[in-house]
Amino acid sequence: MRREESHSVVAISGDWIARNGCVDTIDAAVTQIMAQAAEGTEIAFDVAALGRWDSGLIAMLWQLRTAAAGKRAVLQTAALPAAALRLLALLQDCPPQTTVPAVLTGLSTRLGQRALATWTELLAVCALLGDSILHAFGAMRGGSRMQGGDLVDCLRDAGGSALPIVAIVNFLVGGILAFVGAVQLRRFGADVFVANLVGIALVREMAAVMTAIVMAGRTGGAYAAHIATMQGNEEIDALRATGIPVQDYLILPRVLALTATMPLLYLYGCAIGLLGGMTVAIGMLAITPTAYFEQTRAAVSASQFVFGFSKSIAFGALVALAGCHIGLRAGRSASDVGNSATRAVVVGIVGVIALDAVFAICANALDF
Amino acid sequence: MAAKSDPAMLEVAGLTLAFGEHVIQHDVSFDVKRGSIFAIMGGSGCGKSTLLKSLIGLLRPVAGTVRVLGEDYWAASGVRRADLGRGFGVLFQSGALWSSLTVAENVALPMRMFTSLDEASIDLLVRLKLAMVGLDADGGRMPAELSGGMRKRAGLARALALDPEVLFFDEPSAGLDPVTSRRMDNLILDLREGFGATIIIVSHELASLFAIADDGIFLDAGTRTPIAHGAPSVLRDTCGTPVVRAFMHRGASGEARHSGTNDDARN
Repeated sequence: MRREESHSVVAISGDWIARNGCVDTIDAAVTQIMAQAAEGTEIAFDVAALGRWDSGLIAMLWQLRTAAAGKRAVLQTAALPAAALRLLALLQDCPPQTTVPAVLTGLSTRLGQRALATWTELLAVCALLGDSILHAFGAMRGGSRMQGGDLVDCLRDAGGSALPIVAIVNFLVGGILAFVGAVQLRRFGADVFVANLVGIALVREMAAVMTAIVMAGRTGGAYAAHIATMQGNEEIDALRATGIPVQDYLILPRVLALTATMPLLYLYGCAIGLLGGMTVAIGMLAITPTAYFEQTRAAVSASQFVFGFSKSIAFGALVALAGCHIGLRAGRSASDVGNSATRAVVVGIVGVIALDAVFAICANALDF
Repeated sequence: MAAKSDPAMLEVAGLTLAFGEHVIQHDVSFDVKRGSIFAIMGGSGCGKSTLLKSLIGLLRPVAGTVRVLGEDYWAASGVRRADLGRGFGVLFQSGALWSSLTVAENVALPMRMFTSLDEASIDLLVRLKLAMVGLDADGGRMPAELSGGMRKRAGLARALALDPEVLFFDEPSAGLDPVTSRRMDNLILDLREGFGATIIIVSHELASLFAIADDGIFLDAGTRTPIAHGAPSVLRDTCGTPVVRAFMHRGASGEARHSGTNDDARN
């Protein structure tokens, strides 16, 4: 590939097709040429035996030019194909890579920054909550720019189309509670109290929590992904630039829809869950449907329903707000959409369970 | 590949494009010679980009053939089509960079997928391609951090990743300032001269078309078929068709305003 004379002549031969691997040898070739070339020498080329070439050849010449410049050698490029020279002219010599020095931070600094970031995030969620409430009042007074059609669409997405999955989950949860309860209570001959167990557990806790978890995975994630994709397409920017309040147009219909449908789904989930419990109990124990029903009615007071119902409203608002907020804060790449959907589901589920714990503590303190 | 003496790089015959019942263009026929720069012209909404889609394998034509080096592209199996497509480089209108990869990773991905080069070689080639489009310092940035013009150039570097024989450009200079647009034109010429690539451009930027295209076709939105063939500069000077004249003179003759554009927003 190279030959020495008074001034160096580099003979380039054969095919130089990048994808066939000629690039692998470039570093070695350039090093060898430069090792043999004297300081300040002229390097000419002999391309008589050059075959087909593409960017592989250009890459080699580029590297050679950079190396030669470092040694103050001069390239006599006249013999090279005109096409290659034209491409070479496009290339600047490799500038030294400018890198930003990484700033090292201590553990305490990072911890502090993380804490501050979390605090800011919490404040932002509170602001969004307050904002949504204000806009909701605005909507009630008719001063909102929310589109009625959007609200109907959101209600359908968050309500009717969620019925099957809510039904399946609650039916199975009711059944499982009855099954576990039946196995234990049968040992004391307290078979009929299975109805109390299933009724109270479902109405107070499980139906509300399970429905909220299903909706966090189903609808909260969808809200985040939808809004994050809009963010990536600059649709949110377009809304803001047009002066359409993102609150009214995007967030309010979603929050209202989920806040409205969650308690209804809870009631529906309770009914299906009790049915599931009754099915299992009747199958396993010697209880008639009437006895089970009467027992449930005696055990579950209306206040239990009120408790579960109000929890559901809070869960619905939480899941919707988390989804919308996380979607709005997403970055602009495709993976940011995935990340925000994941975060919305995680925050939604954890939030629902944490909030449920708060409700439990409050209810205990208030003797509810 | 077919062993014809000098087969056209791309031969399109009797192509009809449609979305369902809605015909976009019919009876589209043209040849693209190897090493030429071919322009697909026409007003907004006439089906230029749709035609491009059928050439790069994204939209199956309803009728007609596309031959790549003599081989029927749409009659080939999916695997064969993918093989042929590897010889194509496409610059999409907005760059269409993969948003979760850095610019350098965008250029490297086709090489990682379709060659057995080692990382050092890929790195060198990526730097080379980025340097060619003037983005050597920006390889580590994410697409979202780039300006529109830079995104286009990064898209071009990615289109060049596998040293394609045919380059397709969808509106290469749309949305660029005149100086950057001029630089893009020169870059296209450099790539044609340097790599001997065949280049097909979809555009309605007159200045750049006159400067670089050797041949072309003019799609009419009204009759939904090509109404003129030839280099843009020749069409400008000699074509007698009112629609083409109006287009080439920026509507100055004003004769055919009614069929210059179509109602649908596709372009």
